[in-house]
Amino acid sequence: MPHIPLPEHLPGITGLLEYSQLTAEPIRQLTQFILRGENSLTPAERELIATVVSHHNECRFCTAAHTAAADLLLGENETCAIMKQDIDATPVSDKMKALLKIAAQVQQSGKAVTAESVAHAKAQGATDTEIHDTVLIAGLFCLYNRYVDGMATVAPADPQFYTGLGQRLVEHGYNRLPNGYDHLKKQNRPS
Amino acid sequence: MAHITLPDESLPGIVGLFNFRPETAGPLQLLAETLLRGESPLTSGERELIASYVSLLNDTHFCHTSHGSAAMAHLGHDVSLIDDIKNGFQVIEVSPKLRALLNIAAKVQKSGKAVTDEDIAAARAEGAGDKEIHDTVLIAAAFCMFNRYVDGLGTWAPQENEAYREMGQRMAFTGYVRFPIKQDAVEV
Repeated sequence: MPHIPLPEHLPGITGLLEYSQLTAEPIRQLTQFILRGENSLTPAERELIATVVSHHNECRFCTAAHTAAADLLLGENETCAIMKQDIDATPVSDKMKALLKIAAQVQQSGKAVTAESVAHAKAQGATDTEIHDTVLIAGLFCLYNRYVDGMATVAPADPQFYTGLGQRLVEHGYNRLPNGYDHLKKQNRPS
Repeated sequence: MAHITLPDESLPGIVGLFNFRPETAGPLQLLAETLLRGESPLTSGERELIASYVSLLNDTHFCHTSHGSAAMAHLGHDVSLIDDIKNGFQVIEVSPKLRALLNIAAKVQKSGKAVTDEDIAAARAEGAGDKEIHDTVLIAAAFCMFNRYVDGLGTWAPQENEAYREMGQRMAFTGYVRFPIKQDAVEV
């Protein structure tokens, strides 16, 4: 049960973002830009960064939601599954592997990022902006994961819930839905 | 030297990063403004203490000292008292409620899962309501992002408290939104 009363039809992060809409606005703006805005990293690649950080933070809700989004964007579910076990074995470019390793270091601590891991990413073709955005996405998910678990929000057990949520993230991104979320009150899955 | 080439290497901490990527600077500054100076049952002084304390636990000198300086500005203390945060708040007056909230913030710094029902109950027993608990968790979580951003990109930070005096006063009384932000960004 969440530590404060939250709308029951909005588990995980969504209920928190509705509870505190003034603080949600800049968080949503940042997320929409960094995960969906113009970038040399694809939305799928950026969702992989979100997923690996959430996985290492053991945040069930965020891991399932961003795995679903990444799977939909990639059109398969093997990449995420392998990445959670072994970044080196993941079927992505060497540049992406290097960036995922930087993200995993950020999950530990900002100070865990080494000059060597950054130099390696650059040698694999990563630009300064890609390194910057990787660190910021990883930092942002350290925020989300702590917000979601620190408030003890509900993570639905039904896998179908996350497929629906992933679909919403792919179709609508991270801005608040123009008409809010009341339509979810009458059903148990996001649409 | 930072891990990436910043347009102005003389700008310390997050300031150099804002300058590098204005697209993300806008929402990050608005988030700091809303969290630390927006509506809350906690005073800005209390919220800046939480921010500085979490940054101390993350060992991020720039954020710890700059938000410590902002806290001192709000509370009417000299920047030399920033060191009292490291010493467990022996001089700065901290209410039992704020102490319970600082305990929750320290748990969030470790992991969201580290926050227990007992931690929440202890804060409620000292008078903390839903919004105070929410704001504490979100401020602590946000500084786990800001700290990783600042350290993960290897930015530099001035050492002495004195170097943060004016910065803290600006953060406290002028605020965090320094780049132009579109009007629709501040409406929800």
